[in-house]
Amino acid sequence: MGELRLMKGNEAIAEAAIRAGCDGYFGYPITPQSEVMEYLMAERPFERTGMVVLQAESETASINMVYGAAASGKMAMTSSSSPGVSLMQEGLSYLAGAELPALIVNIVRGGPGLGTIQPSQADYFQAVKGGGHGDYKLIVLAPASVQEMCDHVKLAFELAFKYRNPAMILSDGAIGQMMEKVVLFDAIPRRTEEELVSQNPWAATGKPKNREHIIITSLDLDPAGQERVNLKLQAKYREMEKNEVLYETLGCEDAEYVFVAFGLSARICQKSMDLARAKGIKVGLFRPITLFPFPVIPIHELGKKVKGMLVVEMNAGQMIEDVKLSVGCSIKIEHYGRFGGIIPTPDEVVHALENQIIGG
Amino acid sequence: MTEEIIIAGFGGQGVLSMGKILAYSGVMQNKEVSWMPSYGPEMRGGTANVTVIISDERISSPILNSFDTAIILNQQSLDKFEKAVKPGGLLIYDPNGITRLPLRKDINIYSIAAADEAGKLGFSKIFNMIVLGGFLKLKPLVAPEYIHKGLEKSLPARHHKLIPENEKAIEIGKTLIQGVQVLN
Repeated sequence: MGELRLMKGNEAIAEAAIRAGCDGYFGYPITPQSEVMEYLMAERPFERTGMVVLQAESETASINMVYGAAASGKMAMTSSSSPGVSLMQEGLSYLAGAELPALIVNIVRGGPGLGTIQPSQADYFQAVKGGGHGDYKLIVLAPASVQEMCDHVKLAFELAFKYRNPAMILSDGAIGQMMEKVVLFDAIPRRTEEELVSQNPWAATGKPKNREHIIITSLDLDPAGQERVNLKLQAKYREMEKNEVLYETLGCEDAEYVFVAFGLSARICQKSMDLARAKGIKVGLFRPITLFPFPVIPIHELGKKVKGMLVVEMNAGQMIEDVKLSVGCSIKIEHYGRFGGIIPTPDEVVHALENQIIGG
Repeated sequence: MTEEIIIAGFGGQGVLSMGKILAYSGVMQNKEVSWMPSYGPEMRGGTANVTVIISDERISSPILNSFDTAIILNQQSLDKFEKAVKPGGLLIYDPNGITRLPLRKDINIYSIAAADEAGKLGFSKIFNMIVLGGFLKLKPLVAPEYIHKGLEKSLPARHHKLIPENEKAIEIGKTLIQGVQVLN
Protein backbone atom coordinates (compact mmCIF):
# COMPACT_ATOMS: atom_id res chain seq x y z
CA MET A 1 0.00 0.00 0.00
CA GLY A 2 1.14 3.53 -0.75
CA GLU A 3 1.97 6.17 1.83
CA LEU A 4 -0.96 7.18 4.06
CA ARG A 5 -1.46 10.88 4.85
CA LEU A 6 -4.05 13.38 6.01
CA MET A 7 -4.02 16.12 3.37
CA LYS A 8 -5.98 19.00 1.94
CA GLY A 9 -7.34 18.45 -1.56
CA ASN A 10 -5.09 21.19 -2.90
CA GLU A 11 -2.02 19.62 -1.28
CA ALA A 12 -2.98 16.21 -2.68
CA ILE A 13 -3.05 17.71 -6.20
CA ALA A 14 0.43 19.13 -5.72
CA GLU A 15 1.94 15.97 -4.22
CA ALA A 16 0.29 13.83 -6.91
CA ALA A 17 1.77 16.07 -9.63
CA ILE A 18 5.28 15.51 -8.27
CA ARG A 19 4.67 11.76 -7.99
CA ALA A 20 3.11 11.53 -11.47
CA GLY A 21 6.40 12.75 -12.95
CA CYS A 22 5.16 16.22 -13.90
CA ASP A 23 7.87 18.33 -15.54
CA GLY A 24 6.54 21.80 -14.85
CA TYR A 25 3.92 23.75 -12.91
CA PHE A 26 3.15 27.33 -13.94
CA GLY A 27 0.58 29.24 -11.91
CA TYR A 28 -0.62 32.41 -10.30
CA PRO A 29 -2.10 32.54 -6.78
CA ILE A 30 -5.84 32.80 -6.17
CA THR A 31 -8.03 31.64 -3.28
CA PRO A 32 -9.22 28.89 -2.78
CA GLN A 33 -6.43 27.01 -4.58
CA SER A 34 -3.25 28.82 -3.50
CA GLU A 35 -2.13 25.79 -1.45
CA VAL A 36 -1.27 23.99 -4.70
CA MET A 37 1.66 26.30 -5.44
CA GLU A 38 2.42 26.89 -1.75
CA TYR A 39 2.83 23.16 -1.24
CA LEU A 40 4.98 22.82 -4.36
CA MET A 41 7.23 25.71 -3.35
CA ALA A 42 7.65 24.28 0.17
CA GLU A 43 8.24 20.77 -1.13
CA ARG A 44 10.95 21.95 -3.57
CA PRO A 45 10.35 19.38 -6.33
CA PHE A 46 13.05 21.14 -8.37
CA GLU A 47 15.40 19.40 -5.92
CA ARG A 48 13.34 16.22 -5.46
CA THR A 49 12.62 15.32 -9.11
CA GLY A 50 13.82 18.25 -11.19
CA MET A 51 10.24 19.51 -11.73
CA VAL A 52 10.01 23.23 -12.46
CA VAL A 53 7.66 25.30 -10.27
CA LEU A 54 7.19 28.85 -11.44
CA GLN A 55 4.96 31.71 -10.38
CA ALA A 56 4.04 33.50 -13.59
CA GLU A 57 3.05 37.16 -13.81
CA SER A 58 -0.57 36.31 -14.59
CA GLU A 59 -2.94 33.46 -15.44
CA THR A 60 -2.58 34.33 -19.13
CA ALA A 61 1.17 33.91 -18.86
CA SER A 62 0.75 30.63 -16.92
CA ILE A 63 -1.37 28.94 -19.56
CA ASN A 64 0.96 30.07 -22.35
CA MET A 65 3.95 28.72 -20.42
CA VAL A 66 2.02 25.44 -20.20
CA TYR A 67 1.50 25.62 -23.99
CA GLY A 68 5.22 26.08 -24.55
CA ALA A 69 6.21 23.24 -22.25
CA ALA A 70 3.53 20.93 -23.69
CA ALA A 71 4.64 21.70 -27.26
CA SER A 72 8.05 20.29 -26.38
CA GLY A 73 6.46 17.09 -25.05
CA LYS A 74 6.79 17.98 -21.37
CA MET A 75 4.21 17.02 -18.78
CA ALA A 76 2.98 20.49 -17.79
CA MET A 77 0.18 21.83 -15.62
CA THR A 78 -1.41 24.87 -14.09
CA SER A 79 -4.05 25.45 -11.45
CA SER A 80 -6.33 28.34 -10.68
CA SER A 81 -9.83 29.23 -9.58
CA SER A 82 -12.76 30.48 -11.63
CA PRO A 83 -11.79 34.10 -12.52
CA GLY A 84 -8.25 32.92 -13.24
CA VAL A 85 -9.48 30.05 -15.39
CA SER A 86 -11.60 32.51 -17.38
CA LEU A 87 -8.38 34.36 -18.21
CA MET A 88 -6.90 31.09 -19.49
CA GLN A 89 -9.67 30.28 -21.97
CA GLU A 90 -7.82 31.54 -25.03
CA GLY A 91 -4.87 29.33 -24.10
CA LEU A 92 -7.12 26.31 -23.60
CA SER A 93 -8.62 26.71 -27.06
CA TYR A 94 -5.10 26.97 -28.54
CA LEU A 95 -3.91 23.89 -26.60
CA ALA A 96 -6.91 21.91 -27.88
CA GLY A 97 -6.43 23.22 -31.45
CA ALA A 98 -2.74 22.35 -31.44
CA GLU A 99 -3.51 18.95 -29.85
CA LEU A 100 -1.30 19.43 -26.83
CA PRO A 101 -1.52 17.38 -23.64
CA ALA A 102 -1.70 19.40 -20.40
CA LEU A 103 -3.46 19.47 -17.04
CA ILE A 104 -5.51 22.44 -15.87
CA VAL A 105 -6.98 22.36 -12.35
CA ASN A 106 -9.97 24.58 -11.59
CA ILE A 107 -10.84 24.84 -7.88
CA VAL A 108 -14.14 26.57 -8.51
CA ARG A 109 -15.43 29.52 -6.45
CA GLY A 110 -18.73 31.35 -6.60
CA GLY A 111 -19.26 33.65 -9.59
CA PRO A 112 -19.94 35.39 -11.87
CA GLY A 113 -17.24 38.03 -11.94
CA LEU A 114 -14.92 38.15 -8.97
CA GLY A 115 -17.73 36.45 -7.01
CA THR A 116 -16.86 34.87 -3.68
CA ILE A 117 -14.07 32.60 -2.50
CA GLN A 118 -16.51 29.92 -1.31
CA PRO A 119 -17.13 26.65 -3.20
CA SER A 120 -19.30 26.46 -6.31
CA GLN A 121 -19.90 24.29 -9.38
CA ALA A 122 -20.94 27.12 -11.65
CA ASP A 123 -18.05 26.54 -14.10
CA TYR A 124 -19.53 23.27 -15.45
CA PHE A 125 -20.58 24.88 -18.74
CA GLN A 126 -17.22 26.58 -19.16
CA ALA A 127 -15.33 23.33 -18.56
CA VAL A 128 -17.55 20.97 -20.52
CA LYS A 129 -19.00 23.08 -23.32
CA GLY A 130 -16.00 25.16 -24.27
CA GLY A 131 -15.26 28.48 -22.62
CA GLY A 132 -12.78 29.26 -25.31
CA HIS A 133 -13.68 29.56 -28.98
CA GLY A 134 -14.05 26.82 -31.55
CA ASP A 135 -15.33 23.25 -31.58
CA TYR A 136 -13.10 21.69 -28.95
CA LYS A 137 -13.46 19.54 -25.86
CA LEU A 138 -11.43 19.18 -22.71
CA ILE A 139 -11.29 15.86 -20.89
CA VAL A 140 -13.00 16.87 -17.63
CA LEU A 141 -12.65 14.93 -14.37
CA ALA A 142 -14.73 15.71 -11.28
CA PRO A 143 -13.17 14.36 -8.07
CA ALA A 144 -15.43 13.97 -5.03
CA SER A 145 -12.79 13.28 -2.38
CA VAL A 146 -9.22 14.17 -1.51
CA GLN A 147 -8.22 10.65 -2.58
CA GLU A 148 -9.65 11.32 -6.04
CA MET A 149 -7.92 14.73 -6.18
CA CYS A 150 -4.69 12.74 -5.91
CA ASP A 151 -5.64 9.89 -8.26
CA HIS A 152 -7.17 12.13 -10.92
CA VAL A 153 -3.90 14.01 -11.42
CA LYS A 154 -2.26 10.80 -12.59
CA LEU A 155 -5.32 9.80 -14.63
CA ALA A 156 -5.61 13.25 -16.24
CA PHE A 157 -1.99 13.18 -17.42
CA GLU A 158 -2.44 9.63 -18.77
CA LEU A 159 -5.54 10.62 -20.75
CA ALA A 160 -4.04 13.92 -21.88
CA PHE A 161 -1.05 12.13 -23.42
CA LYS A 162 -3.11 9.22 -24.74
CA TYR A 163 -5.29 11.62 -26.74
CA ARG A 164 -2.95 14.62 -27.05
CA ASN A 165 -5.65 16.78 -25.53
CA PRO A 166 -5.79 19.15 -22.54
CA ALA A 167 -7.47 17.66 -19.46
CA MET A 168 -9.14 19.55 -16.65
CA ILE A 169 -9.78 18.63 -13.04
CA LEU A 170 -12.97 20.48 -12.09
CA SER A 171 -13.22 20.63 -8.31
CA ASP A 172 -14.32 23.27 -5.82
CA GLY A 173 -13.13 25.27 -2.84
CA ALA A 174 -14.51 22.81 -0.29
CA ILE A 175 -12.70 19.75 -1.63
CA GLY A 176 -9.59 21.90 -2.15
CA GLN A 177 -9.63 23.10 1.47
CA MET A 178 -10.76 19.99 3.34
CA MET A 179 -8.49 17.28 4.66
CA GLU A 180 -9.13 13.58 4.27
CA LYS A 181 -7.16 10.39 4.39
CA VAL A 182 -5.14 9.80 1.22
CA VAL A 183 -3.17 6.80 0.08
CA LEU A 184 -0.51 8.29 -2.19
CA PHE A 185 0.58 6.32 -5.23
CA ASP A 186 4.27 5.48 -5.57
CA ALA A 187 6.30 8.10 -7.40
CA ILE A 188 6.84 7.61 -11.13
CA PRO A 189 10.23 8.96 -12.27
CA ARG A 190 10.10 11.92 -14.68
CA ARG A 191 10.72 10.85 -18.27
CA THR A 192 14.26 11.20 -19.51
CA GLU A 193 14.88 13.26 -22.65
CA GLU A 194 15.30 10.01 -24.65
CA GLU A 195 12.00 8.62 -23.38
CA LEU A 196 10.25 11.90 -24.10
CA VAL A 197 11.51 11.97 -27.70
CA SER A 198 10.67 8.33 -28.38
CA GLN A 199 7.20 8.46 -26.76
CA ASN A 200 6.18 11.80 -28.30
CA PRO A 201 7.38 11.89 -31.90
CA TRP A 202 5.02 14.84 -32.50
CA ALA A 203 6.79 17.06 -29.96
CA ALA A 204 9.11 19.95 -30.84
CA THR A 205 12.24 18.57 -29.23
CA GLY A 206 14.89 20.00 -31.54
CA LYS A 207 15.46 19.23 -35.24
CA PRO A 208 17.92 16.52 -36.21
CA LYS A 209 19.35 16.72 -39.75
CA ASN A 210 17.39 13.69 -40.98
CA ARG A 211 13.84 14.96 -40.53
CA GLU A 212 11.62 17.94 -41.34
CA HIS A 213 10.67 20.65 -38.86
CA ILE A 214 7.94 19.83 -36.40
CA ILE A 215 5.48 22.69 -36.29
CA ILE A 216 3.06 23.00 -33.38
CA THR A 217 0.22 25.31 -34.35
CA SER A 218 -3.53 25.72 -34.23
CA LEU A 219 -3.48 27.85 -37.41
CA ASP A 220 -4.41 26.59 -40.86
CA LEU A 221 -5.49 29.37 -43.21
CA ASP A 222 -6.77 26.90 -45.79
CA PRO A 223 -10.38 26.13 -44.78
CA ALA A 224 -10.18 22.62 -46.22
CA GLY A 225 -7.14 22.01 -44.03
CA GLN A 226 -8.87 23.50 -41.02
CA GLU A 227 -11.90 21.29 -41.64
CA ARG A 228 -9.60 18.26 -41.66
CA VAL A 229 -8.22 19.41 -38.29
CA ASN A 230 -11.76 19.67 -36.95
CA LEU A 231 -12.75 16.24 -38.27
CA LYS A 232 -9.68 14.76 -36.62
CA LEU A 233 -10.55 16.43 -33.32
CA GLN A 234 -14.16 15.23 -33.50
CA ALA A 235 -13.04 11.66 -34.24
CA LYS A 236 -10.81 11.86 -31.18
CA TYR A 237 -13.70 13.09 -28.99
CA ARG A 238 -15.88 10.20 -30.22
CA GLU A 239 -13.09 7.78 -29.19
CA MET A 240 -13.03 9.35 -25.72
CA GLU A 241 -16.81 8.94 -25.48
CA LYS A 242 -16.45 5.28 -26.40
CA ASN A 243 -13.55 4.44 -24.10
CA GLU A 244 -13.13 6.79 -21.19
CA VAL A 245 -16.51 7.31 -19.47
CA LEU A 246 -16.28 6.95 -15.69
CA TYR A 247 -19.12 7.09 -13.17
CA GLU A 248 -20.22 5.66 -9.84
CA THR A 249 -23.63 4.44 -8.71
CA LEU A 250 -24.83 3.94 -5.14
CA GLY A 251 -28.09 2.31 -4.15
CA CYS A 252 -29.47 2.35 -7.72
CA GLU A 253 -30.42 -1.35 -7.78
CA ASP A 254 -33.82 -0.92 -6.12
CA ALA A 255 -34.14 2.86 -6.59
CA GLU A 256 -37.39 4.53 -7.64
CA TYR A 257 -35.70 7.91 -7.75
CA VAL A 258 -32.09 9.01 -8.21
CA PHE A 259 -29.94 11.98 -7.36
CA VAL A 260 -27.54 12.89 -10.16
CA ALA A 261 -24.62 14.93 -8.86
CA PHE A 262 -20.87 15.36 -9.32
CA GLY A 263 -18.03 16.31 -6.95
CA LEU A 264 -19.00 17.78 -3.58
CA SER A 265 -22.73 17.73 -4.43
CA ALA A 266 -22.51 13.95 -4.82
CA ARG A 267 -21.06 13.66 -1.31
CA ILE A 268 -23.94 15.72 0.06
CA CYS A 269 -26.46 13.61 -1.90
CA GLN A 270 -24.95 10.45 -0.43
CA LYS A 271 -25.92 11.74 3.01
CA SER A 272 -29.33 12.84 1.66
CA MET A 273 -29.75 9.32 0.32
CA ASP A 274 -29.19 7.85 3.80
CA LEU A 275 -31.68 10.33 5.31
CA ALA A 276 -34.30 9.65 2.62
CA ARG A 277 -33.92 5.87 2.83
CA ALA A 278 -34.42 6.11 6.61
CA LYS A 279 -37.81 7.65 5.74
CA GLY A 280 -38.58 4.76 3.37
CA ILE A 281 -37.86 6.62 0.11
CA LYS A 282 -36.01 4.38 -2.33
CA VAL A 283 -33.46 6.77 -3.77
CA GLY A 284 -30.08 6.11 -5.33
CA LEU A 285 -27.15 8.22 -6.46
CA PHE A 286 -25.56 8.50 -9.91
CA ARG A 287 -22.21 10.32 -9.89
CA PRO A 288 -20.52 11.20 -13.19
CA ILE A 289 -16.74 11.11 -12.65
CA THR A 290 -15.90 12.19 -16.20
CA LEU A 291 -18.00 15.24 -17.13
CA PHE A 292 -16.57 15.00 -20.62
CA PRO A 293 -16.98 12.35 -21.88
CA PHE A 294 -20.38 12.43 -20.16
CA PRO A 295 -21.92 9.09 -19.12
CA VAL A 296 -24.77 9.40 -21.63
CA ILE A 297 -25.62 5.71 -22.07
CA PRO A 298 -25.56 4.70 -18.37
CA ILE A 299 -27.84 7.64 -17.49
CA HIS A 300 -30.12 6.80 -20.42
CA GLU A 301 -30.42 3.21 -19.18
CA LEU A 302 -31.04 4.36 -15.59
CA GLY A 303 -33.77 6.67 -16.90
CA LYS A 304 -35.71 3.61 -18.11
CA LYS A 305 -35.82 2.16 -14.59
CA VAL A 306 -36.67 5.07 -12.29
CA LYS A 307 -39.63 7.43 -11.84
CA GLY A 308 -37.68 10.65 -11.51
CA MET A 309 -34.27 12.29 -11.16
CA LEU A 310 -33.15 15.25 -9.07
CA VAL A 311 -29.99 16.86 -10.44
CA VAL A 312 -28.22 18.55 -7.52
CA GLU A 313 -25.57 21.12 -8.40
CA MET A 314 -23.99 24.16 -6.75
CA ASN A 315 -25.15 26.27 -9.69
CA ALA A 316 -28.39 27.38 -11.33
CA GLY A 317 -28.81 24.28 -13.50
CA GLN A 318 -25.99 23.30 -15.86
CA MET A 319 -25.34 19.54 -15.84
CA ILE A 320 -29.12 19.01 -15.87
CA GLU A 321 -29.05 19.86 -19.59
CA ASP A 322 -26.79 16.88 -20.27
CA VAL A 323 -28.87 14.64 -18.00
CA LYS A 324 -32.03 15.60 -19.89
CA LEU A 325 -30.35 15.04 -23.27
CA SER A 326 -29.20 11.62 -22.06
CA VAL A 327 -32.57 10.48 -20.68
CA GLY A 328 -34.99 12.13 -23.09
CA CYS A 329 -38.47 13.23 -21.98
CA SER A 330 -39.77 10.00 -20.47
CA ILE A 331 -39.47 10.87 -16.76
CA LYS A 332 -39.50 13.89 -14.51
CA ILE A 333 -36.08 15.54 -14.18
CA GLU A 334 -35.68 18.60 -11.98
CA HIS A 335 -32.79 20.67 -10.71
CA TYR A 336 -31.96 21.72 -7.17
CA GLY A 337 -29.13 24.16 -6.62
CA ARG A 338 -27.58 26.78 -4.37
CA PHE A 339 -25.39 29.52 -5.76
CA GLY A 340 -22.59 31.92 -5.11
CA GLY A 341 -20.70 29.82 -2.56
CA ILE A 342 -23.62 28.44 -0.54
CA ILE A 343 -23.47 24.69 -0.05
CA PRO A 344 -26.80 22.83 0.08
CA THR A 345 -27.39 20.83 3.27
CA PRO A 346 -28.32 17.13 3.13
CA ASP A 347 -31.76 17.96 4.65
CA GLU A 348 -32.70 20.55 2.06
CA VAL A 349 -31.80 18.13 -0.74
CA VAL A 350 -34.21 15.56 0.75
CA HIS A 351 -36.93 18.25 0.94
CA ALA A 352 -36.28 19.14 -2.70
CA LEU A 353 -36.66 15.46 -3.68
CA GLU A 354 -39.95 15.24 -1.79
CA ASN A 355 -41.35 18.51 -3.11
CA GLN A 356 -40.06 18.66 -6.69
CA ILE A 357 -39.95 15.00 -7.74
CA ILE A 358 -42.08 12.75 -5.51
CA GLY A 359 -44.86 15.20 -4.66
CA GLY A 360 -44.29 17.52 -7.62
CA MET B 1 -19.65 4.06 14.19
CA THR B 2 -19.74 7.59 12.84
CA GLU B 3 -19.10 10.66 15.00
CA GLU B 4 -19.89 14.08 13.52
CA ILE B 5 -18.21 16.90 15.43
CA ILE B 6 -18.09 20.67 15.11
CA ILE B 7 -15.34 22.59 16.92
CA ALA B 8 -15.90 26.37 16.97
CA GLY B 9 -14.26 29.38 18.57
CA PHE B 10 -12.00 32.34 17.86
CA GLY B 11 -9.11 32.21 15.39
CA GLY B 12 -5.94 31.58 17.37
CA GLN B 13 -7.55 29.28 19.96
CA GLY B 14 -6.26 26.24 18.12
CA VAL B 15 -9.64 25.16 16.81
CA LEU B 16 -8.32 23.96 13.46
CA SER B 17 -5.25 22.28 14.93
CA MET B 18 -7.35 20.48 17.57
CA GLY B 19 -9.48 19.13 14.75
CA LYS B 20 -6.42 18.18 12.76
CA ILE B 21 -4.82 16.27 15.65
CA LEU B 22 -8.11 14.43 16.27
CA ALA B 23 -8.48 13.64 12.56
CA TYR B 24 -4.86 12.52 12.14
CA SER B 25 -5.19 10.30 15.22
CA GLY B 26 -8.24 8.75 13.57
CA VAL B 27 -6.23 8.11 10.39
CA MET B 28 -3.52 6.41 12.45
CA GLN B 29 -6.19 4.13 13.96
CA ASN B 30 -7.31 3.28 10.41
CA LYS B 31 -10.60 5.20 10.60
CA GLU B 32 -12.11 7.20 7.78
CA VAL B 33 -11.89 10.93 8.56
CA SER B 34 -12.75 14.29 7.09
CA TRP B 35 -11.72 17.76 8.31
CA MET B 36 -13.63 20.63 6.75
CA PRO B 37 -12.66 24.12 7.95
CA SER B 38 -14.47 27.37 7.58
CA TYR B 39 -12.18 29.33 5.32
CA GLY B 40 -12.19 32.70 3.65
CA PRO B 41 -14.04 35.70 5.04
CA GLU B 42 -15.04 33.96 8.28
CA MET B 43 -11.50 32.85 8.98
CA ARG B 44 -10.16 36.31 8.28
CA GLY B 45 -12.76 37.97 10.52
CA GLY B 46 -11.94 36.21 13.78
CA THR B 47 -14.23 33.19 14.22
CA ALA B 48 -13.06 29.77 13.14
CA ASN B 49 -14.76 26.42 13.00
CA VAL B 50 -14.03 22.98 11.68
CA THR B 51 -16.23 19.94 11.05
CA VAL B 52 -14.47 16.68 11.88
CA ILE B 53 -16.04 13.34 11.00
CA ILE B 54 -14.55 10.08 12.23
CA SER B 55 -16.13 6.89 10.96
CA ASP B 56 -15.64 3.19 10.35
CA GLU B 57 -17.30 3.62 6.96
CA ARG B 58 -16.80 5.78 3.89
CA ILE B 59 -17.82 9.34 4.78
CA SER B 60 -20.62 10.92 2.80
CA SER B 61 -21.10 14.67 3.17
CA PRO B 62 -18.13 16.49 4.76
CA ILE B 63 -20.48 19.43 5.33
CA LEU B 64 -23.27 19.01 7.85
CA ASN B 65 -26.06 20.94 9.51
CA SER B 66 -26.40 18.75 12.61
CA PHE B 67 -23.76 17.22 14.82
CA ASP B 68 -23.30 14.49 17.43
CA THR B 69 -20.92 16.75 19.32
CA ALA B 70 -20.36 20.52 19.41
CA ILE B 71 -17.19 21.78 21.12
CA ILE B 72 -17.80 25.47 21.72
CA LEU B 73 -15.13 27.97 22.72
CA ASN B 74 -16.85 31.37 22.48
CA GLN B 75 -20.27 33.00 22.77
CA GLN B 76 -20.78 33.55 19.03
CA SER B 77 -20.21 29.86 18.38
CA LEU B 78 -22.59 28.86 21.18
CA ASP B 79 -25.27 31.09 19.67
CA LYS B 80 -24.67 29.61 16.24
CA PHE B 81 -24.20 25.91 16.95
CA GLU B 82 -26.24 25.07 20.10
CA LYS B 83 -29.27 24.46 17.90
CA ALA B 84 -27.23 22.25 15.55
CA VAL B 85 -26.60 19.52 18.14
CA LYS B 86 -28.67 16.39 17.43
CA PRO B 87 -31.23 15.55 20.15
CA GLY B 88 -29.44 13.39 22.72
CA GLY B 89 -26.11 14.73 21.44
CA LEU B 90 -23.25 16.36 23.32
CA LEU B 91 -22.31 20.01 23.83
CA ILE B 92 -19.01 20.88 25.51
CA TYR B 93 -18.18 24.51 26.26
CA ASP B 94 -15.50 26.50 28.00
CA PRO B 95 -17.26 28.96 30.36
CA ASN B 96 -14.53 31.57 29.79
CA GLY B 97 -16.24 34.51 28.08
CA ILE B 98 -19.66 32.82 28.01
CA THR B 99 -22.39 35.21 29.15
CA ARG B 100 -25.46 33.27 28.00
CA LEU B 101 -25.46 29.64 29.06
CA PRO B 102 -26.83 26.89 26.80
CA LEU B 103 -30.62 26.45 27.03
CA ARG B 104 -31.33 23.13 25.31
CA LYS B 105 -32.97 20.51 27.55
CA ASP B 106 -32.64 17.56 25.14
CA ILE B 107 -28.84 17.32 24.91
CA ASN B 108 -25.95 16.45 27.21
CA ILE B 109 -24.03 19.53 28.33
CA TYR B 110 -20.55 19.57 29.86
CA SER B 111 -18.27 22.44 30.74
CA ILE B 112 -14.49 22.50 30.83
CA ALA B 113 -12.58 25.45 32.29
CA ALA B 114 -9.66 24.92 29.94
CA ALA B 115 -8.72 28.58 29.40
CA ASP B 116 -8.46 29.13 33.18
CA GLU B 117 -6.41 25.99 33.63
CA ALA B 118 -4.05 26.81 30.76
CA GLY B 119 -3.62 30.29 32.28
CA LYS B 120 -2.78 28.80 35.70
CA LEU B 121 -0.25 26.47 34.10
CA GLY B 122 1.24 29.49 32.31
CA PHE B 123 1.10 27.71 28.95
CA SER B 124 -1.80 29.02 26.92
CA LYS B 125 -0.91 27.04 23.79
CA ILE B 126 -2.04 23.74 25.32
CA PHE B 127 -5.55 25.12 25.89
CA ASN B 128 -6.96 23.22 22.94
CA MET B 129 -5.41 19.94 24.10
CA ILE B 130 -7.11 20.33 27.50
CA VAL B 131 -10.42 20.67 25.66
CA LEU B 132 -9.61 17.66 23.47
CA GLY B 133 -8.86 15.62 26.62
CA GLY B 134 -12.29 16.51 28.02
CA PHE B 135 -13.95 15.36 24.82
CA LEU B 136 -11.97 12.10 24.70
CA LYS B 137 -12.93 11.37 28.33
CA LEU B 138 -16.60 11.40 27.26
CA LYS B 139 -16.10 9.83 23.83
CA PRO B 140 -12.92 7.75 23.64
CA LEU B 141 -13.05 7.46 19.86
CA VAL B 142 -9.32 7.18 19.47
CA ALA B 143 -6.93 5.26 21.75
CA PRO B 144 -4.10 7.20 23.48
CA GLU B 145 -1.34 5.53 21.45
CA TYR B 146 -2.98 6.76 18.25
CA ILE B 147 -3.35 10.26 19.71
CA HIS B 148 0.41 10.13 20.24
CA LYS B 149 0.92 9.17 16.60
CA GLY B 150 -1.56 11.83 15.53
CA LEU B 151 0.44 14.46 17.43
CA GLU B 152 3.66 13.28 15.78
CA LYS B 153 2.09 13.53 12.35
CA SER B 154 0.31 16.86 12.92
CA LEU B 155 3.10 18.82 14.58
CA PRO B 156 6.19 19.85 12.66
CA ALA B 157 9.34 18.03 13.79
CA ARG B 158 10.67 21.14 15.56
CA HIS B 159 7.67 20.98 17.92
CA HIS B 160 7.93 17.27 18.71
CA LYS B 161 9.62 18.10 22.00
CA LEU B 162 6.26 19.57 23.09
CA ILE B 163 4.36 16.29 22.61
CA PRO B 164 4.69 15.25 26.30
CA GLU B 165 3.17 18.62 27.38
CA ASN B 166 0.33 18.12 24.93
CA GLU B 167 -0.34 14.61 26.24
CA LYS B 168 -0.25 15.91 29.82
CA ALA B 169 -2.79 18.57 28.84
CA ILE B 170 -5.07 15.87 27.41
CA GLU B 171 -4.87 14.02 30.75
CA ILE B 172 -5.65 17.23 32.66
CA GLY B 173 -8.67 17.77 30.40
CA LYS B 174 -10.00 14.33 31.26
CA THR B 175 -10.11 15.28 34.97
CA LEU B 176 -11.36 18.82 34.41
CA ILE B 177 -14.54 18.18 32.44
CA GLN B 178 -17.77 18.50 34.42
CA GLY B 179 -21.35 17.54 33.69
CA VAL B 180 -23.80 20.44 33.63
CA GLN B 181 -26.78 18.53 32.29
CA VAL B 182 -26.47 14.80 31.83
CA LEU B 183 -29.42 12.98 30.31
CA ASN B 184 -30.29 9.48 31.45
